[in-house]
Amino acid sequence: MSSHVLSLLVEDKPGLLTRVAGLFARRGFNIESLAVGRSEIQGLSRITVVVDVDDFPLEQVTKQLNKLVNVIKIVELEFDQSVQRDHLLIKVRVDNTSRSAVLEAVNLFRARVVDVATDALVIEVTGDSGKTAAFLRVLEPYGIKEMTQSGLIAIGRGSKSITDRVFKN
Amino acid sequence: MSLEHQTAKLPSDVAASRKNDNVRMTGASAVLRSLELLGIDDVFGLPGGAILPVYDAMTDVQDLRHVLVRHEQGAGHAAEGYASASGRVGVCIATSGPGATNLVTAIADAYMDSVPLLAITGQVFSTLMGTDAFQEADIVGITMPVTKHSFLVTRAEDIPATLAAAYQIASTGRPGPVLVDITKDAQQAEFAFSWPPKVELPGYRPVTKAHGKQIQAAAQLLVEASRPVLYVGGGVVRSGAAEELRQLAESTGAPVVTTLMARGVFPDSHRQHLGMPGMHGTVPAVLALQESDLIVSLGARFDDRVTGKAELFAPNAKVVHVDIDPAEISKIRFADVPIVGDAKDVLVDLDAAFTATARQGRADTSAWWEHLTELREQFPLGFAPTSDGRLSPQHVISRIGELTGPEGIFAAGVGQHQMWAAQFISYERPNSWLNSGGAGTMGYAVPAAMGAKVAEPERTVWAIDGDGCFQMTNQELATCSLNNIPIKVAIINNSSLGMVKQWQTLFYDGHYSHTELNTGQESVRIPDFVKLGEAYGCLAIRVEREDEVDAAIALALETNDRPVVIDFVVSKDAMVWPMVPQGVSNSFIQYARENAPAFDDEEI
Repeated sequence: MSSHVLSLLVEDKPGLLTRVAGLFARRGFNIESLAVGRSEIQGLSRITVVVDVDDFPLEQVTKQLNKLVNVIKIVELEFDQSVQRDHLLIKVRVDNTSRSAVLEAVNLFRARVVDVATDALVIEVTGDSGKTAAFLRVLEPYGIKEMTQSGLIAIGRGSKSITDRVFKN
Repeated sequence: MSLEHQTAKLPSDVAASRKNDNVRMTGASAVLRSLELLGIDDVFGLPGGAILPVYDAMTDVQDLRHVLVRHEQGAGHAAEGYASASGRVGVCIATSGPGATNLVTAIADAYMDSVPLLAITGQVFSTLMGTDAFQEADIVGITMPVTKHSFLVTRAEDIPATLAAAYQIASTGRPGPVLVDITKDAQQAEFAFSWPPKVELPGYRPVTKAHGKQIQAAAQLLVEASRPVLYVGGGVVRSGAAEELRQLAESTGAPVVTTLMARGVFPDSHRQHLGMPGMHGTVPAVLALQESDLIVSLGARFDDRVTGKAELFAPNAKVVHVDIDPAEISKIRFADVPIVGDAKDVLVDLDAAFTATARQGRADTSAWWEHLTELREQFPLGFAPTSDGRLSPQHVISRIGELTGPEGIFAAGVGQHQMWAAQFISYERPNSWLNSGGAGTMGYAVPAAMGAKVAEPERTVWAIDGDGCFQMTNQELATCSLNNIPIKVAIINNSSLGMVKQWQTLFYDGHYSHTELNTGQESVRIPDFVKLGEAYGCLAIRVEREDEVDAAIALALETNDRPVVIDFVVSKDAMVWPMVPQGVSNSFIQYARENAPAFDDEEI
């Protein structure tokens, strides 16, 4: 099994997310990550879903998703043909001895401190999954009090757009 | 709304639209007006609190016949039978909560068998939704996995466009059930009704015309194949492509098998027809697929009941897979040539491509036909006399078919009687065989027959039912009697859940756990089907001997002033043969118990 990133252009209709998520559950596919938000066109949303499947079931899931009436288009975004980003908020334990080392790591990873308390920092970091995983490994020894993460979002490189040939007619 | 938004799919005409511009009416009236303008003539339903405004408006409507059922599941199956017999969209209406959930079985059934079904449900006031209000159920959520699409309507002005969209989705592409849930406040509110509405479905674009390159590739494989088979499924029925199928079959000379869902789309009397494949298929049909070098699948989906163990299915065959639903292609079996398109268009294109390609010569199929003819002679469809000397169910069913003729409609329940009805009635035309194939819904027969009779009043409609199935939905006989829908019900009464019992006989050492129903021979006969039929206003008789069978069927055929119920008390021991046990290769088909073509052909 391997991770695949699917980008869906969908109508922003009530229950749409249930339809998409339900389809994954029903057909036995495991969602690793899911991110939903507006697209550049009013009334249309963009869903980025990371699914852990082999190539053959991936084709099935894509076809099944395409059958959903509110799904307008699906593309698979390959890692090297797209920009893929995760966004993390991490609350890490600090004291007077560890603070500067944590701040150094923040600088090295081009992360940012967004909240400061005497015994903790909230750090935000953006990057692909490799970078965010490496950052977490560095912070781990200091003590991660809590963490939250957006689903992966991704967009194709170059000038082409997912909406290019959708609304010609 | 201006005319330029009219979609070509709607059967409304321009004249109708002029009369329907900016007319003030309630959402409830708009539901009915929209249905009329969509060309719907008949609906099946049962009122309740949350759909009351629609029922209140019904008395003002002339062009729409409403059939009041006794259970919402009956409305759903009736709409299915209506659709399957006529090819039109079937419509059912129910109230919120339990009314809506009672439709779920029929909706799921329509989903599995690709039946164009429009289900309309009332919903509690939009202000009460989510509060666990009286008779509230999230029916859109509940039916999401078993509908092609569903809508929740909370504003009256959205009703016409939503119903038009639902109709379009249900009836085009791969047909299927669409649910429209309408809140009570949307039904009560007034607005300016206009027709036709603007239907916007940017994500819905079914492909009907196939790619020329793929058609050519398929034609090439057909020319090269020395052991081809046309594997025909229900999609060809839904597409209305019986004539186009016959044309391709005759051009290619290839053997044809018709699945449970496709019975009738290719005449049983045609010399190229090998019968039904699958678990209870004919030996030549099963082995033709299994031993072929090319399977041309037309609107079929390689169901496990057809393939047996899929990894061992037709090991030497290449596959051309034609389906209007891209998700069916290569779902179970890899397709060497995938063709996405409407069966009707594809068959025409494929026939032309094959005819042109075959001019340069084609593979010899005579050895293949010799082999199949031998199988056909050696293993004809048949049945042995019953071991207890009682009435043979297969005999009853084949006589019903013979005496009724090819224009009859035969709706079956699920189980042994269904398989016998699929095997022993000769189907000569599409839309004459109705059954619950994918879902296997017991109780389908009586309401489906009712719906079929409403759609096609001139044809004779039989429900061939089991004693188990019949007890699930027989209350619709009241609907039939009161509404002059004279269906004929043949209960193949073996006093048990026969197919389950057959599996207990074969695979559970005869351990008959909870399959005895006590309705047949030497039992307490609860219920007494004759008395039950009479209570519902039917002509009801019992038949226990073979010499009574023909007269009983003749009486049923000449009785058209009320429904007929015949309790055929048959042997409890009859089993469905041939059979491929579950989970093995189709090569292990058994012609009768302990008798498989692969082994020595000892006498039954």
